Amino acid sequence: MIAEDTMEILYERAQEEWDKIENNTLPVVFVGSATCGRAGGALETEEIIKNLLIQNKKYAIFVEVGCLGLCVLEPIIMVQPTEGLPICYGPIRPENAEEFVRRVFIEEGVWEEKLIGVMSTDVYRGLPPISKHPMLELQVRNVLRNCGLIDPENFYHYLAHNGYRGFLKSLNIGTDAVLEEVKKSGLRGRGGAGFPTWKKWSFARDTSADIKYLICNADEGDPGAFMNRSVLEGDPHSVLEGMLIAGYTIGARYGYVYCRAEYPLALRRLEIAIQQMYEHGLLGKNILSSGFSFDITIKKGAGAFVCGEETALITSIEGHRGMPRPRPPFPTNSGLWGKPTVIQNVETLANVTLILQRGADWYVQYGTENSRGTKTFALAGKIKRTGLVEIPLGIPLRKVIFDVGGGILDDKEVKAVQTGGPSGGCIPADMLDLPVDYESLTKAGSIMGSGGMIVLDEDNCMVDIARYFLSFTQAESCGKCTPCRVGTRAMLGILERICAGKGEFADIIRLETLAQTVKQGSLCGLGQTAPNPVLSTLRYFRHEYEEHIKSNECRAFVCGPLISYHIDPERCVGCTMCAKACPVKVISGKRKEAHVIDQETCIRCGQCLRVCPAMYSAVYRRSGSRVRYEPIKERKKKTG
Amino acid sequence: MNSSHSESELVFGIQELFKKHPARRSSIIPLLQEIQEHYGYVSPPAVDAMSEYLGVSASEIYGVASFYTQFKFVPPGKYVIQICQGTACHVRASSIVLEALREELKVEPGHTTSDGLFTLERVACVGCCALAPVMAINGKVYAQMTQDKVREVIKEYRQKEENKTGI
Ligand SMILES: Cc1cc2nc3c(=O)[nH]c(=O)nc-3n(C[C@H](O)[C@H](O)[C@H](O)COP(=O)(O)O)c2cc1C
Ligand code: SF4
Ligand code: SF4
Ligand code: SF4
Ligand code: FES
Ligand code: FES
Repeated sequence: MIAEDTMEILYERAQEEWDKIENNTLPVVFVGSATCGRAGGALETEEIIKNLLIQNKKYAIFVEVGCLGLCVLEPIIMVQPTEGLPICYGPIRPENAEEFVRRVFIEEGVWEEKLIGVMSTDVYRGLPPISKHPMLELQVRNVLRNCGLIDPENFYHYLAHNGYRGFLKSLNIGTDAVLEEVKKSGLRGRGGAGFPTWKKWSFARDTSADIKYLICNADEGDPGAFMNRSVLEGDPHSVLEGMLIAGYTIGARYGYVYCRAEYPLALRRLEIAIQQMYEHGLLGKNILSSGFSFDITIKKGAGAFVCGEETALITSIEGHRGMPRPRPPFPTNSGLWGKPTVIQNVETLANVTLILQRGADWYVQYGTENSRGTKTFALAGKIKRTGLVEIPLGIPLRKVIFDVGGGILDDKEVKAVQTGGPSGGCIPADMLDLPVDYESLTKAGSIMGSGGMIVLDEDNCMVDIARYFLSFTQAESCGKCTPCRVGTRAMLGILERICAGKGEFADIIRLETLAQTVKQGSLCGLGQTAPNPVLSTLRYFRHEYEEHIKSNECRAFVCGPLISYHIDPERCVGCTMCAKACPVKVISGKRKEAHVIDQETCIRCGQCLRVCPAMYSAVYRRSGSRVRYEPIKERKKKTG
Repeated sequence: MNSSHSESELVFGIQELFKKHPARRSSIIPLLQEIQEHYGYVSPPAVDAMSEYLGVSASEIYGVASFYTQFKFVPPGKYVIQICQGTACHVRASSIVLEALREELKVEPGHTTSDGLFTLERVACVGCCALAPVMAINGKVYAQMTQDKVREVIKEYRQKEENKTGI
């Protein structure tokens, strides 16, 4: 018999607490203050608004919330008036705070210019609903449902949104039924490999060990991805509830969250949330008199990418150098301190919570046959609307880029989309109709990965991208096995040579051969996938490699040694700016006369290009057969 | 972050940290982290004290510590400048920002300026890719960096320091 009445009392408390937000006699101001919002100045904005309100004898309640994922519109501020629906504004930078207070609080109006939308599904008092915002319309925010809407440090806010009802249900239906539910949902791991979650659980469940462990992998090592961070900062309890459910099902006694040290705010919010769970009897011995005991400890990572790999992560928690070890034995049999251990990604666990809260039947309406549910992506790079988005699996990549992301920055041409970070690959523009699901992305030579999605345009060099990822994996290789340690270094060496204009055609073959050796001979996933960025760019952008090699041409004008700088005598007015800025003084010419760069001694630093006034734009670049001029911009007219 | 602790002070402070962690091998990394948080870096006396407490040799502790990029073995500068080299920043030309920092500070990443003021570090993704390329100084994020902005920001910090010492 579980102590459900204890929970019911808590739910009542929670409802009262949430009512204070929904039906307050004072306006409530929600400030998006996750790391991203803070970087955009959210806390400064909040401070100024608070002070101005006090000066004007206006009062409001402030709630710091996680993020809505509309990065480009940060800092985002949502105001819930005493009467009517909440209205969302952004970006409200510190310099906008004063006008914001005047328009919204003093004049009690709507600041149309900064309006994102009203929190509703329909037009409300002539205001557009936020759900129809172009960036949100196609999204299905399941995992991120609470992010940006509740105070992540307030336990009752989570409870008031069905919090821990998935765990309660699990206790009621028993572990067999939970496993069945997760199986029926079709959930696959969100950390990269996409392994069916229920299978992993059943391996560990079927062992007879006295102690088992559950680890939440919050190492999020892909450089350029922040999905897990957002959930942990915006709704930590949803991940911890998933840990309870998983721990209960596999029979684990202890849980760990392995979180990267670079996420101080996520770590703090986890600490607070775990503390709250202990206080309310959701952790510790005999939870809710169910007989299930579970403790959760936070382990801070120490800045090694390879520690995201499960066996390395385990070694690191044990207090060693974080080196992977061969599998089998798989951690589900012999993991932490030799005991059966299940490792799941943050987002996988957040999905588990949802599945138990709402049922597998509800869950399977999203996604495709083999890729169920939604997936979060950190959409970044050359895209108009950078952000943290959640989409149902199976929708075409093009929709993500153009509908959700709003297309390419400065309306340039998209060249490729990189998914899967250092383990993934690049999908070329002509394949953008590809559905976003595990199998399709793998077939295209990339992977789903954990959710990094970087958009590349015509100004990105694909050889440079491959070199970038290889330099990352090479530096992060733990050095245990030779193919990875030596092979990645050799591949990087070749790529550096090609980017420096010193490549030869045989290098392409060498790269391909090495890639196979590294893939096949490496012990862990880091080495096995490290060649992917090279292989996928060779597959779709071989011509760029060939141009670098054959004609010293970098069509994107990225690879410095392949670019020379020239002055167009027709455009140059002899203002002498470039000559003054040149660090090696190799630009000659009289004042008011066209200047000339001495190609022999120029060190190709590009300083002259940067300083030549935009209204002349006389410095142009050459790479191979390509010439690139900067547009002449008219001088800005002074206003006022 | 004060590197002028005397040795006895340091050893005393570390004893306090030890109370929070049981004397077993899995405490090595958490202890190193706490030591670095308190003192800014991992010093030889701190490692010796750890070795004694945990019953693990100092060389073993260094072996573990050196595997992880987080740990510093020399005191960092007053201002730690982290330049983001994550993918989103890379594709928006963070390398030329790093170039400007190198020129302006005359140090390579991983090193501290001779006046002890700035440490230059490369990091992967600060978590605000929308504002790429970014850098952070002691945690404060500077968005959409250009070479000129780098020079301005560094100048500001230098001036702030000069004003302090000038009076
Ligand atoms: C080099 C390397 C780094 C990894 N980094 C992460 C990571 O940061 N987060 C993560 O969840 N999984 C990471 N993984 C995958 C994990 O090993 C593991 O497959 C995953 O945590 C399993 O959880 P899931 O089934 O819920 O996806 C990484 C794998 C490798 C090889
Ligand atoms: S593949 Fe690379 S990272 Fe993995 S164990 Fe081998 S050397 Fe280490
Ligand atoms: S590229 Fe640099 S070295 Fe060459 S002319 Fe321009 S400023 Fe001088
Ligand atoms: S800065 Fe431009 S316009 Fe001025 S001298 Fe140099 S090339 Fe000519
Ligand atoms: S706004 Fe939070 S992730 Fe970008
Ligand atoms: S890649 Fe630089 S902030 Fe994410």
